[in-house]
Amino acid sequence: MRRSFGFFTVLALAAITSCGPRTGEQSLTIKGSDTMVQLGQQWAETYMAARPEVVIQVTGGGSGTGIAALINGSTDIAQASRDMREEEIREALAQRGAEVHETPVALDALAVYVHNDNPVRSLTMAEISAIFRGEITHWSQVGGPDRAIVLYGRENSSGTYAFFREHVMDDADFAPVYQALPGTAAVINAVSQDPAGVGYGGIGYVEGVSTLSIRPASGGEPIEPNLDNVLTNRYPLSRSLYFYTVGEPEGLMAEFLDWVLGPEGQEIVTDVGYYPLRPSETVL
Amino acid sequence: MSHSFRRRLDTLSERAIFGVSLAAISIIVFIFIYITREAWPLISGAVRETSLGSVFGPPFQWDPVSVQQPRYNVVPLVAGTLKVTLVAMLVGTPLALGAALYTAEFASHRLREWLKPTVELLAGIPSVVVGFFALIVMASWIQDILGLQYRLNAFTAGIALSLAVIPIVFTVAEDALSAVPATYREASLALGASAVQTAVRVVLPAASPGIGAALILGMGRALGETMIVLMVSGNAALLGFDPFSGARTMSATIAAELGEVVYGGDHYSVLFFIGVLLFITTSGLNWVGERINAGLRRKLFGGV
Repeated sequence: MRRSFGFFTVLALAAITSCGPRTGEQSLTIKGSDTMVQLGQQWAETYMAARPEVVIQVTGGGSGTGIAALINGSTDIAQASRDMREEEIREALAQRGAEVHETPVALDALAVYVHNDNPVRSLTMAEISAIFRGEITHWSQVGGPDRAIVLYGRENSSGTYAFFREHVMDDADFAPVYQALPGTAAVINAVSQDPAGVGYGGIGYVEGVSTLSIRPASGGEPIEPNLDNVLTNRYPLSRSLYFYTVGEPEGLMAEFLDWVLGPEGQEIVTDVGYYPLRPSETVL
Repeated sequence: MSHSFRRRLDTLSERAIFGVSLAAISIIVFIFIYITREAWPLISGAVRETSLGSVFGPPFQWDPVSVQQPRYNVVPLVAGTLKVTLVAMLVGTPLALGAALYTAEFASHRLREWLKPTVELLAGIPSVVVGFFALIVMASWIQDILGLQYRLNAFTAGIALSLAVIPIVFTVAEDALSAVPATYREASLALGASAVQTAVRVVLPAASPGIGAALILGMGRALGETMIVLMVSGNAALLGFDPFSGARTMSATIAAELGEVVYGGDHYSVLFFIGVLLFITTSGLNWVGERINAGLRRKLFGGV
């Protein structure tokens, strides 16, 4: 239940923390991906506890919203669950006058969820794609009960939406009956209450739903979204979660990034439910 | 205090108040000018692939970020808005009017003093709270009771929305009913009509313009409400009038998508165009509602 309140906690925190830093303090603002909001907040809280003179504000809104804020200069760090697009990088250079700097900060498995009572436990990528395109409409077509499938997912400002469409659906359109919900917590909540539902989102949010394993098209063992399969890239929907900044990080920003990539920061990644970076990636 | 000083103070305060009300009106006018300006490329046909024709003409699909072919057609959004609003009005109207009739005609004075503010209190509940309750609790109840395929749908959103509509319809309708002069009731009762006959056949028709205004103002609220429908309607841009499937409303679409549109692009203009449509519809409804209400006052009390 705690996770369902996440979205609103974020709003409340945003309202409280936006009252402005007191003088003599150093501050950073982080904005973007809803997938990463809890992660960003955990980092910020722990870091602020160790360094009381620092204020870090974390807000969500979606990867696209964070990147837009980075471009127009209203945030220091954009959290994103998708790569920044070329035109966005160009736009940032034009408006901020410096190159965008990309830092992978954690790994995630984009998970496909179903209700706990749904006997379907694995699908191929082609099946998942056909389900979200509206070509497979009943669970019985993929070995489940005789029940119409209800599609849940994120709004089109979401990085997770963009990643899913690109990597699962090969950029095809979602079926019109697709229900777009505000935030991964809302998707999880909807799927956990709907025996016919299927949804997608970051692995860190999984609670009260079952994740599907992905069956290779060539046959063979279904691949579960877990640490091993993500680190070895066997799980096909592994992705990096990013911090985007403008220019080479320096000062507080560099210290904070170093700490996030360090052992303490990466331990928080595991606590929140995502996967830490491979050791070779944690060098800034 | 000298007489002339007092007079000057009067003039000064009068001007200050005039200035403040002028500011309120001009802000609204500026908002309208601004959203129209942002939607202008679309209205004037300066946008490359999108025009008024493609926004209203077939194919009736809303998929603004499609990689294949972005489709900006507002018809499914208008249909979704009407679908949800219709349910909210059908559910809310009988409840609100029944409560208003009871409060104005049958409740004791003490009960009325307590009843009216309580219903009006409903209007003060933030819509995000109503939406949250509907999303987590009410949606499951309604799905179980009616055996629906979609847990989040236009019907459930309409019921949640009626909670926002009821206090407005109630309070305006109750005012209209109470404003009917006592002589109407006395004449009716003196002719041998029962209290119920008097309420339904004399007071209700006499107040009917006010009731109409109440419904129109309530509808304006329903059309513009955003948070409740964003959370509960499922946001699927479907054409058609099946109330038990999802719906994507105009206001929720703006709220969900404006955060990431490319400034000045087709999608941006279309979202502002939807804003213009909403603005015109709700202000038009409010204006008509106020006019009817003013007409009622003239009818009952003469040309005041």
